Amino acid sequence: MSGRFPRVDALPKACGAERFAADQYPEGCLWAGAFRPGAAHARVLAVHTAEALALPGVLKVLTAADVPGANLQGIVHKDQPVLCGDVVRHAGDPVALVLAESREALERALGLLRADLEPLPAVFDPREAMRPGAPRVHAGREGGNVLMAAEIRKGDAARALAACPVVVRGTFETPRQAPAFLETECGVARRLPDGVLDMTVSTQSPFRDRFEVAQALGLDPLSVRVRAPYLGGGFGGKDGSTVQCLLALAALHADGRPVRMAWSREESFSAGYKRHPSILRCELGADRDGTLRALRCRMVLDTGAYAHLGGEVLELGMEHMAGPYRVPHILVRGFCVYTNNPVSGAMRGFGVAQATFCAERMMDRLAAKLGLDPLELRLKNVLGPGEENACGVRLTGSTEARACLTALRDHPFWASRREWAAQAPARTRRGVAVALAHNAMGYGGGLPDMAAAKVELTEEGRFRIYCAVSDMGQGNVGGHAAMAAQALNQPREELDIVLPDTERCHPSGSSAAGRTTYTFGNALLKACAAMADKVRARAALFLLCDDPSSLVLESGRVIWPDACKSVSLALMARFLPRDDRISVAEFAMPVAREVSGASRGFVLGFPHLLFAYSAHLARVELDELTGRVRVADYFAATDGGGVVLPQGFEQQIQGGAAQGLGLALMEDCASRDGRLLTPDLSTYLVPTALDLPEIGSLAVPSHESSGPGGLKGVGEVAMDAPLPAVASAVEQAAGIRLDAAPLTPERVLAALRRARKNT
Amino acid sequence: MTIRFTLNGRPVALDTDPGRRAVDILREDLGALSVKEGCGTGECGACSVLLDGELKLSCLLLAAQLEGREVVTCEGLGDQDAPHALQVAFAEHGAVQCGFCTPGMVLAAESLLRENPDPDREDVRRGLSGNLCRCTGYVKIVDAVQAAARERRGGRRKK
Repeated sequence: MSGRFPRVDALPKACGAERFAADQYPEGCLWAGAFRPGAAHARVLAVHTAEALALPGVLKVLTAADVPGANLQGIVHKDQPVLCGDVVRHAGDPVALVLAESREALERALGLLRADLEPLPAVFDPREAMRPGAPRVHAGREGGNVLMAAEIRKGDAARALAACPVVVRGTFETPRQAPAFLETECGVARRLPDGVLDMTVSTQSPFRDRFEVAQALGLDPLSVRVRAPYLGGGFGGKDGSTVQCLLALAALHADGRPVRMAWSREESFSAGYKRHPSILRCELGADRDGTLRALRCRMVLDTGAYAHLGGEVLELGMEHMAGPYRVPHILVRGFCVYTNNPVSGAMRGFGVAQATFCAERMMDRLAAKLGLDPLELRLKNVLGPGEENACGVRLTGSTEARACLTALRDHPFWASRREWAAQAPARTRRGVAVALAHNAMGYGGGLPDMAAAKVELTEEGRFRIYCAVSDMGQGNVGGHAAMAAQALNQPREELDIVLPDTERCHPSGSSAAGRTTYTFGNALLKACAAMADKVRARAALFLLCDDPSSLVLESGRVIWPDACKSVSLALMARFLPRDDRISVAEFAMPVAREVSGASRGFVLGFPHLLFAYSAHLARVELDELTGRVRVADYFAATDGGGVVLPQGFEQQIQGGAAQGLGLALMEDCASRDGRLLTPDLSTYLVPTALDLPEIGSLAVPSHESSGPGGLKGVGEVAMDAPLPAVASAVEQAAGIRLDAAPLTPERVLAALRRARKNT
Repeated sequence: MTIRFTLNGRPVALDTDPGRRAVDILREDLGALSVKEGCGTGECGACSVLLDGELKLSCLLLAAQLEGREVVTCEGLGDQDAPHALQVAFAEHGAVQCGFCTPGMVLAAESLLRENPDPDREDVRRGLSGNLCRCTGYVKIVDAVQAAARERRGGRRKK
């Protein structure tokens, strides 16, 4: 890596100079805010706006009647109103939108708004919501509250299970987890005189936003321009419309003035997207030597009041239910269910974090029952290159799950686990455990997973990279800059970077699904190679050289070493028309072509061809008096393919593991009757520096031949293993089973008490 | 009423409602946009400032409380042309991901190092425990603070 700072965005951010969407305060901007009456399920009889409208500084109060177009948003299923007119379906649903001259006027107006609501019967448990007589979240919907039901069937799981000498069973629950990015959902928008709606938003999917906004509000998608500066975190929670449609609606009513909307932390918790709570039931059968034979699972996800990406999260979770293991007979049934709870959606680990908890705890249970070493049991069954996975896909890409596991077997934390546990201080217990995860990359079958990259030689003779995928903090812009600098043989500081802007960049998919650097990086390398060829060919004209391949592109110039001649890029750029100074290339992620016919009900995004793998090792200490679980040490060995930016790789692993440890230890966006019991950061706890251990990371040698620089993606896989690893280590420490996350002191103490009673 | 204080070494006189939050005044009136708001309730630390050298949460301070005092934000420590050692260390050691918590985190680190120039890793973790970071898992932030501390003590920078 050249340059002192591996990431181009690092120093501006460290100096507080980077401008996020939250930092946009255009001259004369209005403030927009949503009125959310807070009922979980109710008919909206009236919204009383007169009092708020009468306040000085309040310009407009919009209701559903003011929404042009379909008034429906949603990435796949369009079922979420921009403003609710007839019915509110969860406590975060908005019924009015206020435009005010100032923050203060907006707050006063929101405090004065009232709605007449007639309560409707509501349902908050997805299992109850599936029952025939349950209250309907979406009245008249075919299929009732079941948004999606799907099945993966391979072999004959029921027969195989009956024939297995050993069968283990379990039921697991995972909580609603909030992305809790530091920058809440926000943006600014303005209707320009030519009719274009110009938006700057904290978004993971600027190109898709155009269609979301246009569809919801009845606009021409090309009249919507979306720019995405660096995001102050995303983790999936900014994949889809958060403020976009509300902001656009406000801008349509703002007489050309800019409008700003920034959700409060409480609003982010109540109205933003969160990880699906899950209930998983599972039976795993094996031979006496530990060879896996059969798996039967049922996965129920609570999608809350709207579909958002619920069906897709379910599909991915189901696809990962068998873990990265060889299982000949499989039956996985999945249900994604509407309730009157807050809306679930994409979050790092997208169904996989939930599935991995179940899959890995079942492996531990099997190891315990058979008296086998849990790491050796995994090694015995782990998938290798060329093998067929649980969904009938042959693993033709890099598949180094085995290497991830063997790295743990050789790790001192694992080798010394008995001695370390034996040295537990008084009134504490210690345990050490492993967990293995796999996580698919990309959107999966049925969805074009593509990116288009543009490179320009500017009039000044510099190269400009148009990054079309958002950087929510994971550092893809830094990675792309490094790739382009190398491909164009330029110092990285000499590159101009353009952040996503639907007007200036070419269409690319979202920053999500571990795909960002893989797809855009591939497109960028193609565009850079074409640019380098073109520049050499044009330089050949200047240098009177009949063999462009003998020319070398260097920093700011092209040289002809044999003739000791060179031409500067600045001079060439002056003579070339802009069309000729631009290179565009695209890349689409490969998909699995041969799929077993054993899956039913899958609509989009199934199956996947490429996976990242990560094996984690946790050393935990349990305080017998308080029930507090402390993760003392943590180590992750990961196959994310080749490593382009070692620092960025570690950032993703450490950050993902930290979020996974948050899920394991404390994060629970709990609700009662549809209302959040953890509405803010004083009640919804995310880990501080004191709650997390040192997190060691090892990139196992790997190369994905289809990836840029051999890489796959590591955005998500580190999130999945911490929960099962910690739960297993706690079981090792104290012999208690905790099948519901997070492992709070209350839960641990209760389990300890139960264990004492039984002995 | 008019409130007078210094912001990053420059005197400021502002005619405003003394009951407004300091974070709003700093960001909206004075353009100190490095001061981020993550929660508004004193939990996340993103809006940290140094007030007369002491680390404070500007979302919990009112305008009147700034009267006559010295406020330093991340912009006041350094800029890209002349960055502060902590800003360099954060950028170099991978302590910056989304960067939204970073200005507050840098100020918390500065406050820590003024009190304890040679913190061990546990000291750093304690010193930064009022500032949430959702991206990094804190490991690289601790690395960065220790590296800056070494540099400040005149030691050689280690990788």
